[in-house]
Amino acid sequence: MRSTPGSVYKKSLTQLGLIAVAAVQLFPIVWLLLFSLKDNSEIFSGNIIGLPKVWRWENYSQVFANGKLGLYLFNSIVVTFVTIALTSIFAAMASYAISRMRWKLSKLMLTIFLLGLMIPIHASLLPVFLILKNLSLLNTHLALILPYTAFGLSLAIFVLANFFDTVPKDLEESAFIDGSGIYRTFLKIMLPLVQPAIATVAIFTYLSSWNELMFAITFINKEEIKTLTVGIMSMVGQYSTAWGPIGAGLFIATLPTILIYVLLNTQVEKSLTAGAVKG
Amino acid sequence: MRDKKAIMIFVLPAFIVYCLIVLLPILISTYYSLLDWNGISQGTFIGIQNYIKLFTGDPIFIKSLWNSILLAVLSVFIQLPISLILALVLASKVKGSRFYRTVYFIPVVMSTVVIGQLWMKIYHPSFGLLNDVLGSLGLDAWKREWLGSESTALGAAFVPIVWQYIGYHMLLMFASAKSIPDDIYEAARIDGATGLKSALHITIPLIKPMLQVSVIFAVIGSLKTFDFIYVLTNGGPVHASEVPSTWMFNNIFNQYLYGYGSAMAIMIILECLLFTVIIQKMFKTEQITY
Repeated sequence: MRSTPGSVYKKSLTQLGLIAVAAVQLFPIVWLLLFSLKDNSEIFSGNIIGLPKVWRWENYSQVFANGKLGLYLFNSIVVTFVTIALTSIFAAMASYAISRMRWKLSKLMLTIFLLGLMIPIHASLLPVFLILKNLSLLNTHLALILPYTAFGLSLAIFVLANFFDTVPKDLEESAFIDGSGIYRTFLKIMLPLVQPAIATVAIFTYLSSWNELMFAITFINKEEIKTLTVGIMSMVGQYSTAWGPIGAGLFIATLPTILIYVLLNTQVEKSLTAGAVKG
Repeated sequence: MRDKKAIMIFVLPAFIVYCLIVLLPILISTYYSLLDWNGISQGTFIGIQNYIKLFTGDPIFIKSLWNSILLAVLSVFIQLPISLILALVLASKVKGSRFYRTVYFIPVVMSTVVIGQLWMKIYHPSFGLLNDVLGSLGLDAWKREWLGSESTALGAAFVPIVWQYIGYHMLLMFASAKSIPDDIYEAARIDGATGLKSALHITIPLIKPMLQVSVIFAVIGSLKTFDFIYVLTNGGPVHASEVPSTWMFNNIFNQYLYGYGSAMAIMIILECLLFTVIIQKMFKTEQITY
């Protein structure tokens, strides 16, 4: 690389621009952390942006003790975890049958599943609400788990069927020759092989269920079942004037996601762009 | 393998859940949309009356439609160009590329509810960050009740929507630009095309398929946008920031207009499909000119 004064100047200008954008992208979360550690008198007396004068960690214990944050967190974990498990296993089974077994309708079946990539949840909101109501499933964890799973299946099957296509057939065939049945082969040989694809599925399922709002506010209004997204909305009502505890709640709701992203960023980016690859 | 029973066992769980919750409801919604129904009494079949009312008797729906189209325009002409510039810069072997990508992507993984609540605090009329900064710059006259006044609510609610997904589109474009083989750039460099020139004449034409995906995602995402508007303004004040999804939600769950609200849901889907087809056509015709 030549490094004329001009190119050095240009390079530092580029870096400056990139840092400025980084500041804009990061600022809200940093600001959130800062005001979650202040109390109202400090914020309202003018220290809106700066570092807290006293670091009030008690805001965090307060939302756990007085608020229902722990409960919301628990519900989000249950719903998300079961959704990930169901989506992965159902999608892996269906993808295996579509990609590896020979039957006339397998192509059509794949097309039907992929159709779901285009369908917004809006059209199913009312019908699913009424179905859940008739089955007395409103205000249960299942009211969210089933829709989240159903809407996650399309992308999951897209990712998994493509992955199954790339797995060589020898392993499976030698397992059959050794007398291993189809279910055993699927569980013991194929599932471990497609783990990377399952990781991709797990991550986008996590993000979409953890952050989902429209179904959650429609199907859940009982405190005991509320997930974080709905819970935060009612928490904001409860603490409408206390910024510190609200900030603490928001930060806790976001922390798991940020941790997962920071630890697994390449994997997360791959998951979230999986749907765009086909176009 | 042609074991019929095994095939059934493998496919059925996914297929049943998917049909019951994704496919079947579209048919049910289409049927509801032809009814005059409040959810309690028996619905009466009224043909396409609901659809006629949408376009001739509901100025709020029309307004919400325009609002969502405005958002689509802003996404395509403000959000995507920013994403594209960032992607091109980061793909050109700049120092710290990995770090910047990670940071720019963080808003994408965060929950819209959390980001929404955060922006409510930014816009807070008395103690919000925005008014505070304006005050300290001596621009007190610019202070507003950003989300509370009809003239600014829509714009203020759109800012975080456009902001959140800059990193997403950047990543799509970045990945696509990175997949162009190095020797193409090399050949261009020998021909004298570097920097801006190579970006305009090589990278952008070659990542066109991904740009098309981005435009479709941005437009569709705007047309069905819900979360931010619901959290920030819920369509108010006086429907100034209404979008089709919030108005649909309001009609169904606050006014119990099940039939009419379903017609809106179907319209949103049709609108998304229509725009997808239009965008695909636009990219096709443009490609021929190359």
